[in-house]
Amino acid sequence: MTITEKILAKHANTSHVNPGENIWIDVDVLMTHDVCGPPTIGIFKKQFGENAKVWDSQKIVIIPDHYIFTKDKHAHRNVQILREFVQEQGLPYFYNPGTEQYKGVCHVALAEEGFNLPGSVLFGTDSHTCTAGAFGMFGTGIGNTDAAFVMGTGKLWIKVPETMKFIIEGELPPYLMAKDIILKIINDIGVDGATYKAMEFDGEGIFSLNMEERMTLCNMVIEAGGKNGIIQADEKTIKYVKARTDREFEIYQNDSDATFESIHIFQAHKIEPMVAKPYLPSNGVPAKTLKDIQLDQCYIGSCTGGKITDFIAAARILNNQQVKVKTIVVPATREVDAKFDSETIHGKTLRKIFTDAGVELGPPSCAACLGGPPDTFGRLNSDEICISTTNRNFHGRMGSKKSQTYLASPYTVAASAITGNITDPREYLEK
Amino acid sequence: MNNMISGKAYVLGNDVDTDQIIPAEHLVYNMDEPEERRLYGMYALSGVPPQKSGLPKGNIPFVPKNSDKSIYKIIIAGKNFGCGSSREHAPAALSIAGVQAVVALSYARIFYRNTVDGGFLIPFESKDSLFNKIRTGDEITIRQDMYILKNITTEKSYNLKSLGEVAGIVETGGLFLYAKRKNLISK
Repeated sequence: MTITEKILAKHANTSHVNPGENIWIDVDVLMTHDVCGPPTIGIFKKQFGENAKVWDSQKIVIIPDHYIFTKDKHAHRNVQILREFVQEQGLPYFYNPGTEQYKGVCHVALAEEGFNLPGSVLFGTDSHTCTAGAFGMFGTGIGNTDAAFVMGTGKLWIKVPETMKFIIEGELPPYLMAKDIILKIINDIGVDGATYKAMEFDGEGIFSLNMEERMTLCNMVIEAGGKNGIIQADEKTIKYVKARTDREFEIYQNDSDATFESIHIFQAHKIEPMVAKPYLPSNGVPAKTLKDIQLDQCYIGSCTGGKITDFIAAARILNNQQVKVKTIVVPATREVDAKFDSETIHGKTLRKIFTDAGVELGPPSCAACLGGPPDTFGRLNSDEICISTTNRNFHGRMGSKKSQTYLASPYTVAASAITGNITDPREYLEK
Repeated sequence: MNNMISGKAYVLGNDVDTDQIIPAEHLVYNMDEPEERRLYGMYALSGVPPQKSGLPKGNIPFVPKNSDKSIYKIIIAGKNFGCGSSREHAPAALSIAGVQAVVALSYARIFYRNTVDGGFLIPFESKDSLFNKIRTGDEITIRQDMYILKNITTEKSYNLKSLGEVAGIVETGGLFLYAKRKNLISK
């Protein structure tokens, strides 16, 4: 069996599962947020009763992150629904906006808070729950009905996915980031190239990445239709997890006779900085071919591109430079935001580098990655052209239907901020 | 399950994502409040670019202005329908607008699952791409037991794929009803 199959077999209390088989599995963690939490709670109460209790209060994690810094009345009402439910059910893991507990973007917060454990099963009411696969665990997105079912029973039916393997051979060149690799892979297999499948990442290039970069890779498997991303846990995984939690975990490896649906091999040195053109993440081309695209905005943030690794990369390029177009920085979480003051490049903090460069900094949340209410920080409200470290470039994804989003790595977005046109970051990194 | 679904077709292309089906700014409405719930119908498919709204001509609104009900009961689409977000608000919005079935060449996984488990509408898969064979406004009937779609306007019939393993959940009307019937949870 593959890693994914082994995790699912263990959680189905069986010794063996086959791809394509429908099984019921036990859930380790259910995560929800302010957009899908309230409707999930609504279905839970309707189906299990007004006075029903959740199956296990220790296994439900509620991380409001989408619509936090807005005047929208409905958005505030929705967070209030979460607060009341948490109170009523006595849920210990709630990261309440407006308090010291507030975290920011759920997928990054789950990792920081030690919920991502090798070998475990996580369901979340957000399609980017697949991010957690970076920890050698099974994580996938579900809707509100499924989440309400898990909330009441701790179980869910699932079809065992076949596993596609992606091997990145060789050392990564210094200009290449996980974002470039995943945009290249999605460009190769298409936006539905991995539908129903697990995407496993392997090879020297993958294991040289830190945990945050591995999260970027797994984060975007949903953009190829994938059910989950997965990277075998190694020493880096163990170190990250042990620094954050005492919870126990189990590491799984592929059996020597594991069957893969397909194997895709890439040479790291042949992958170039990639940019996905509107309106699909599969529209990737080398950044150097888009020099003529003039930008109105650059955006660095989200679960995909708002971790401290992403901002260190951006700061390396923006140090002692001035941005030419409006440039927005939104840290994923408060922990990332705090590191803006502790991480330095040539003795300068990230916050000073960004401020000196003329960048606008916002508070941690999903912010403009998915548009959101009209007063959302960094939202594209007209026909702006934006390059962004986020995950989707669909029509109107970052706000107005007239806007256009190009997806790229933090290096490429930062280099483009300096010139005002889409720019291959090698022009700045090699100086 | 009612054996026949009949109504006008609304035709869309490939890769219709959930941001097109219901843009994120509308996800704040409460499904359990009737006045807010109807807004999902009003904004269903409001993110589809005008030129791709109601193929082949385009520029056909799915829902009339200030209404929350569509005159189209069946959506015809190409591959990878519902890609992107896990928002269950997407199949819910289509259902609230009055859609009873989608017929697509293929679906994104989470949208398909939400549609089935939430019991919002029936997600049929066509054997061949139909979005270039059916026009918005054509009168359609779907014989569910036979998996046949008939275009009354053109008098042509097309085979649909069997619902396969999820047929049981679709027939009972969603995951909770299915689980109760199977005694997986108490009634």
